[in-house]
Amino acid sequence: MFDNKYLEKLKKSPGYPSEERLEKGTVAVIECLEEIPCNPCETVCPKKSIKVGKPITNLPEFNDICSGCGKCMVVCPGLAIFMVDKSFSGIEAAISIPYELLPLPGKGDKIVALNRNGGDVCKGRVERVKTGKSFNKTNIITISVPKKFSDEVRFFKLAK
Amino acid sequence: MEGRFQLKTELAVIGAGPAGLCAAIEAAKNGVDVTIIDENKKPGGQLFKQIHRFFGSEEHLAGTRGFEIGNMLLEDAKKYGVKVLLDSVAWGLFPDLTIGISTDKKVSILKTEKVVVATGAIENSLSFPGWTLPNIMGAGAAQTMININRVLPGKKVITLGSGNVGLIVSYQLIQAGAGVVAVVEALDHIGGYMVHAAKIARMGVKILTNHTITKAMGDKFLEKVEIAKIDSNFNVVKGSEETIKVDLVCIAVGLRPLSELCWMAGMRFEYFSELGGFIPVHDENMQSNIEGIYVAGDVAGIEEASTAMEEGKLAGIAASQALGKLRMGNQEASSILNEARERLRTLRLGPFGEYRYQAKEKIISKYYN
Repeated sequence: MFDNKYLEKLKKSPGYPSEERLEKGTVAVIECLEEIPCNPCETVCPKKSIKVGKPITNLPEFNDICSGCGKCMVVCPGLAIFMVDKSFSGIEAAISIPYELLPLPGKGDKIVALNRNGGDVCKGRVERVKTGKSFNKTNIITISVPKKFSDEVRFFKLAK
Repeated sequence: MEGRFQLKTELAVIGAGPAGLCAAIEAAKNGVDVTIIDENKKPGGQLFKQIHRFFGSEEHLAGTRGFEIGNMLLEDAKKYGVKVLLDSVAWGLFPDLTIGISTDKKVSILKTEKVVVATGAIENSLSFPGWTLPNIMGAGAAQTMININRVLPGKKVITLGSGNVGLIVSYQLIQAGAGVVAVVEALDHIGGYMVHAAKIARMGVKILTNHTITKAMGDKFLEKVEIAKIDSNFNVVKGSEETIKVDLVCIAVGLRPLSELCWMAGMRFEYFSELGGFIPVHDENMQSNIEGIYVAGDVAGIEEASTAMEEGKLAGIAASQALGKLRMGNQEASSILNEARERLRTLRLGPFGEYRYQAKEKIISKYYN
């Protein structure tokens, strides 16, 4: 269902950053393709990098200025925003995922990275666990995976 | 029955969910004596089991979780002196605006000047062989068990219906520690928001469109279900049957208004399948065809908590105005009412909202014809 065709749609949508911006470092990747009346991502962005405007059913439009702060990711009711850092290391990318399950994984944990359909993609590692009161129970887990999988990986499970 | 009491209030609100609480708060703000009646032990309706963040914009409290909105409303209700009768069943609503109430073993008659009916909705069901086995339940019931009562009703789940309720409850069951095997959908597309579907798909939940549950099996409890593909005429595709071991089936096939009191009061109804069935006709301020009785929230058409709150505000302000109690000029009142209607319009935009807006407009035009 959330296959390559879906990824192509995402890449063409106004919320997806340019490939150029993706290469430069941490950036928000908005995966929002339906006209839902919703705009907290626009309200919360300190860089005015996301524009919804009126009516609020407009798809979020992304302008690449993004500092990668992750505020939109935590507030999105659809859990539809990720942070991708293709410059994480020469060969790895870092993917930050909004995460609302307990217990939280720990830094350094080995994981199996999953695609948008929950299928196994590759091995990876938990790089960071961000939590705090202002996150209001939507925590951010950053995982590293081989760079070539960075468009595909959107979730993970702990490796056995 | 131990006794009979006559109670009095200026405005009675039946149902302490998002619509009822908002109606009560708006009226109480204007100095109206408000009594809210609810059959549950706690006010808040379904808000306290909504642990997810709401959509909308800042003015609709978007990004805030449902139970947090519930807490905010309860605080306001307390602050403005709304009286809350809990554990109380409103069993009768009469055209003279009296309400029959049972609390514990006592029956009382509440005399009112205005009434807001905000009784909400009830889940639809779907029957198939074996559907009466224990642990086949409404998705809303499962959500109450996990998020209110902290009881996990099953560990291996299949959800029937891919509307937002089915998708959200599946996600919350995973949060509660269950494994969700699949969401089964009879139509050829997902009913709810794609983002809700994406959220559970990446966690490994299969979303099977063009599928249904053909039977449930088990000795004393649910042990397995048979699912099958269905064609565009909703007939089972022979040979596609598959048996899956599960210990919980959540049925999420829509809701319908809980409107017995509206029927009893003699309201006029019209049928709108897009709003969940027979809907009481009302004007743009939510007043039904019975003067002094208003409707708000799901009973006036199945939507969301955020729309219910705005409808409640409309009803609460309009009722206060009709009581001659508004602490503002009529011009200010009409601009406040217009703002609430604008917020409602915003929530009814886009492919998931426009058809509801159209239906609501028809309801209002029926009121005047």
